[in-house]
Amino acid sequence: MKYMLLIYTDPEAAPVAGTPEFDLTHHRWMTYTDDLAATGTLVAGDALQSAETATTVRVRSGDRLTTDGPFAETKEMLGGYYLIDVAGLDEAIEWAERMPNITYGSVEVRPVMDFLGDGG
Amino acid sequence: MAAAVAAAGRSEWTRIVATLARDLGDLDLAEDATQDAIAEALTAWARTGIPDRPGAWLTTVARRRAIDRLRRNAMRSDREEVVARLEAREASEVPTTQDDQLALILTCCHPALAPEARIALTLRSVAGLSTPEIARAFLVPEATMAQRLVRAKRKIRDAGIGFRVPRAAEMADRLESVCAVVYLVFNEGYSASSGDQLLRTDLCDEAIRLGQLLEQLLPGEAEVVGLTALMQLTHSRRATRLDDRGELVLLDQQDRSRWDHDLIAAAVARLDGTPPDDTIGPYRAQAEIARCHAVAASPAETDWTAIVERYRALLGAVDSPVVALNAAVAKSMVEGPGAGLAAIDALAATGDLDEYHLLHSARADLLRRLDRPVEAAAAYRRALALVGTSPERRFLERRLAEVAGTVTPIGPSIAEPLHFGGVPVDGSPTS
Repeated sequence: MKYMLLIYTDPEAAPVAGTPEFDLTHHRWMTYTDDLAATGTLVAGDALQSAETATTVRVRSGDRLTTDGPFAETKEMLGGYYLIDVAGLDEAIEWAERMPNITYGSVEVRPVMDFLGDGG
Repeated sequence: MAAAVAAAGRSEWTRIVATLARDLGDLDLAEDATQDAIAEALTAWARTGIPDRPGAWLTTVARRRAIDRLRRNAMRSDREEVVARLEAREASEVPTTQDDQLALILTCCHPALAPEARIALTLRSVAGLSTPEIARAFLVPEATMAQRLVRAKRKIRDAGIGFRVPRAAEMADRLESVCAVVYLVFNEGYSASSGDQLLRTDLCDEAIRLGQLLEQLLPGEAEVVGLTALMQLTHSRRATRLDDRGELVLLDQQDRSRWDHDLIAAAVARLDGTPPDDTIGPYRAQAEIARCHAVAASPAETDWTAIVERYRALLGAVDSPVVALNAAVAKSMVEGPGAGLAAIDALAATGDLDEYHLLHSARADLLRRLDRPVEAAAAYRRALALVGTSPERRFLERRLAEVAGTVTPIGPSIAEPLHFGGVPVDGSPTS
């Protein structure tokens, strides 16, 4: 089954660039991504630019409404994602648990909808 | 015949649903097919008599009905594959393993499900209660309970919560969730004073049965043994905790001859049969405290020194101010009300339990015993301002009247409604 791991982090709680913690965390992300790839689990994954760069778009009554900022104002921001392919939720949770931000951020695990019935 | 079918269905339910669920990956279908088999047994067994192995008969029929239902369901793209799996299982006559049942329970209690969904699913799929029965026991409309079950099953299916026994590393976390669900079922039956009383007692029996099933599936697991013993020890006092008028009877006032001594013996035997782990868990620690109360022939013969020691162990396992409060009261039984009051005042200073009526009623009781009636009355009034259920309220009102000197004392109390064996780690009222 495919799962989207949505990575949320409070920028205030994250390590700051230029500190040893930042370098260590960066290294951990690289290792983590390598592990996902090496086990054949990784389908896709990206880090996103900060939430200040976000633009939210809606169309209401035919008019396009474009607003600055993310869809929901929360302390924890969506900072990136991985799309993984694993046997089931327990395995997806295990990968989420290993994510470098897990001690100061959170990861939402969402199964990907399977339209074709081919196991996603 | 109906009784024989009901008995077989009851005792075989978990095993059949578990084996089908694992092959089907679908709880609804597993339950429906099991239900079909039980219904079919009513007519078939009336004709042919009860088969030699009723469980095997029911399993075979349930599996066939599952295949029928699958073949009719064009929506399932994997149906041929699943039918083949079921047919292979039937041909090979592989007996159900304990793992199937363990996988079923662990799935129903999966932490990815909402707590109330775990409880409902466990009662439906593992214990085999009907949706209306569960709805009545939890005082919610049947439609609400049905909806809760539908949502939970949908999440199991759509989120890919597999019917599997987790790896050893995951097991501790998962077992904790299972124990919590079973204990919540028990407390729901035990502590509520409203609703269908008979059904609520059934919930206690059901929870104890689930505890015993877990013991079979995970032999030697000290926390599971502790949980089952704790429930049995608490349940052994069911006949004496309220008097004829529905008033709360404190532990030291209860007629111990009316405790269920068979249940106490069963609990003590299972505790003695499985030694606790090096680091004692919360259920085991609570069971050991409950045991001290249960085996005391009279309140005066209670081994409070042992209880204080076990509270220390419990505090090591659960960092809870409610447990610390109970420990302070136990301390007062060994070192006197002055020492108990000092411990409670230290706890009160943290402010964590300021809104908790039992803190104030325990303080009040110690002040009363120290012959400080004015302060005691103030503490009883504070407790009364916070208390919820009516039997506890009436008890506190009687005590307040007593310290205020308006009525004759209602008898000595060595135990306010606090440390009655089943320690309310979650703060639920016990007696």
